[in-house]
Amino acid sequence: MSLVSTLYVGLFYFATVFLVVGLALRIKNYAQTPAPLKIPTMPAPRTETGVVFRMFREVAFFESLFRSNKWIWLFGIMFHFGMLLVLLRHLRYFTEPVWFWVNWVQPFGKYAAFAMLAGLLGLWARRFLVARVRYISTPSDHLMLALIVGIAMSGIGMSFLTHTDIISLKAFALGLLHFSPQPLPGDPLLLTHLGLVATLMIVFPISKLLHAPGVFFSPTRNQTDSSREQRHIADWAKALETGER
Amino acid sequence: MADYEVPELKEYLQVPEPREHVTNHIAPFFAKPDHQADLGFPGELIDNWQEVAINKMGDLLGKYRSFKLFLDICVHCGACTDKCHYYLGTTDANNMPVARQELLRKVYRRYFTFAGKYFPKLVGATDLTKEVLDDWYSYFHQCSQCRRCSVFCPYGIDTAEISMAAREIMDAVGVGQKYCNEIIAKVFKIGNNLGLPQPALADTLEGLEEDIEDDTGVKVRLPLDEKGADILLITPSADFFAEPHVDGLMGYAKVFHEAGVSWTLSSEASEAANFGMFIGSYENMRKLSLRIRKAALDLGVKRIVFGECGHAWRVAYSFLNTLAGPFDFLDQNYPIPQHICEFTYDLLKENKLRMNKEANDDMTITFHDSCNVARGAGMGGFEGGQFVIPREVIKASCNNYYDMNDDTILDATFCCGGGGGLLTDDLMEIRVKGAMPRMQALKQVTEEYGVTNLAAICAICKSQFAKTLPYFGFRMDQIVSVHQLVSNAIVLKGSEQEAELDGTAGEDGEAENA
Ligand code: HEM
Ligand code: SF4
Ligand code: SF4
Repeated sequence: MSLVSTLYVGLFYFATVFLVVGLALRIKNYAQTPAPLKIPTMPAPRTETGVVFRMFREVAFFESLFRSNKWIWLFGIMFHFGMLLVLLRHLRYFTEPVWFWVNWVQPFGKYAAFAMLAGLLGLWARRFLVARVRYISTPSDHLMLALIVGIAMSGIGMSFLTHTDIISLKAFALGLLHFSPQPLPGDPLLLTHLGLVATLMIVFPISKLLHAPGVFFSPTRNQTDSSREQRHIADWAKALETGER
Repeated sequence: MADYEVPELKEYLQVPEPREHVTNHIAPFFAKPDHQADLGFPGELIDNWQEVAINKMGDLLGKYRSFKLFLDICVHCGACTDKCHYYLGTTDANNMPVARQELLRKVYRRYFTFAGKYFPKLVGATDLTKEVLDDWYSYFHQCSQCRRCSVFCPYGIDTAEISMAAREIMDAVGVGQKYCNEIIAKVFKIGNNLGLPQPALADTLEGLEEDIEDDTGVKVRLPLDEKGADILLITPSADFFAEPHVDGLMGYAKVFHEAGVSWTLSSEASEAANFGMFIGSYENMRKLSLRIRKAALDLGVKRIVFGECGHAWRVAYSFLNTLAGPFDFLDQNYPIPQHICEFTYDLLKENKLRMNKEANDDMTITFHDSCNVARGAGMGGFEGGQFVIPREVIKASCNNYYDMNDDTILDATFCCGGGGGLLTDDLMEIRVKGAMPRMQALKQVTEEYGVTNLAAICAICKSQFAKTLPYFGFRMDQIVSVHQLVSNAIVLKGSEQEAELDGTAGEDGEAENA
């Protein structure tokens, strides 16, 4: 196996472990940090079922964002749902035989890449054109967009322009999964694409991308409106009461 | 009227371009060392303040998921940037909610995250310097913790949580705010924000009983410290003397009277306000809440009812059970605690109150949803009850009612500009500027529907509007209490008003059978 292939095998194992362990630790941390007070943004659902619906609407439709800003919402939806379809499409590299529904996604996934890219470029444009958003943007915000735009463009390049050796790529991917590394085709566009993806995986658990798991733990969105009916108390707060009542 | 520019009211609310250093000069007076000590904080900026501040931040990160999560997950999307009334009124970039959070987040990143430790420039991380601390002191006292930004953020990031934490960190290093900390100390020592002792309170209440009797011919009582009463009324101390608050208090008294319930105020817990929330201090908020529990136990009441006060209602509705519960010694058939609007609404639904809406015909009313009630609490045990119930109470009391623009009411309501511990003269400039969006909406309904009065159920809103309305060409008495409207309209049994309506009044207007 070539040096490049070996490097990429190492890179992907590292990125995967970093992503999985990093995310797990962060999620554990969020789950274990108490929310000592009831602070749902009211009016809030009165029941747990209601909270599930509220969260679903936030994650599936970006409900609050829709109320807030139609442009960000539009670009955000294009980007995220484009990305979701693209990711689903990618499952065909990791499954043998390919799951039947992944085949259904293929044609959509292919063009969803353009929606994703357009959404990203829209969001990026706002960071230059809207003074308020320009003011709050940090270099890392731009880099993050550049990174994902890079992934999207190199991916589109391979689908529509150069056509990489999919057979060997799939062998490489399955090899990673089954711990029997296979050589990677030396296509520069593919190497770029995979390098950027690995970078994204590493950046994920130590950046604002934590919004993806984080939203589910947000107390203003995941708490019920039941403070008068049920006493809600954190352990550290309970400790203040010892000997009191 | 002022040595700063009062924002102009336009036809529509406009989103300004951000500018830097517009209101960085605005900051409240510092708390004096003895008031700091009363609350258990160092008297003045301590020597190793950076270290203590970072430790305190670490402590809060472990105690509050909201704080940690909100610092982590903001994607800088910008959806909240045009949602804060202080940004709209001042144009200062740091008053955009995400920018306000960023003042603290950049320090969090520097000390608590991998990226901030090793690539500070890249992610916008900075050391905690004196300049940063000064910015915190300015801008975290230009946030009224109204939570409007939280409604519009895709993850519900609540800047109020960040500014509460920031104020707690500042208190821990000795830079406290005079207004809040002095008031909390006063409540601990005397029982209320105003420092009204028991005899003064008794005197005031007696005066109010006389006023009601003069007006109606009915002896309506305002009892104080009466053991064995059914209901303990906890109300903001402004209700005891300030206009229009006191008219609201007379309204509650009349409602209780008509309901035929026994009730009492407590001189030990003669304050609904809980400024512990504003300074983000769980311990102080808890200590203040325990006064209420103690008063309820001492007086042996069965129910607790809260008067018109916004943040007090948030603490009461959302936190009281946590801070001072469980209230297993109270009557479980009623909500614990109950809001005076819920109480009045129930009576209205049961047709137990006779209302003469014409008594308020000189007014056309609109309702200002107070932020802490709208976004921090509920009412009535159903989703959105906090919007429906006060409006129903108002509509039962008057004939002319109109809502302001949809984007400025219900959970999208604009703060009055004086909440969150900002209701002090040393912050007048930010209060006036922050009032602009609400004033703009008021102007619109004034022109469209001829609205004459703004009703509210919050002591802070009432005081703030009484002060700021004149800056925008309105009159200070255009702000009214909701229970002031009730008080005007309610027809007490055996009153002169009843006699007049029923045509049984004599020449002199006295009821014949009186
Ligand atoms: C539960 C899943 C997720 C939800 C609910 C979610 C939601 C959101 C929302 C509401 C925004 C703000 C609007 C916008 O800028 O689009 C956002 C921004 C962003 N999301 Fe997600 N997201 C999720 C997963 C992901 C994942 C897996 C990625 C991985 C690449 C990602 C990358 C981004 C980026 C880079 C931005 C910032 C865009 C900008 O710079 O303007 N998101 N997300
Ligand atoms: S909580 Fe209110 S005052 Fe504070 S930043 Fe958000 S909108 Fe502005
Ligand atoms: S709306 Fe929420 S995620 Fe977007 S910039 Fe504001 S605080 Fe950050």
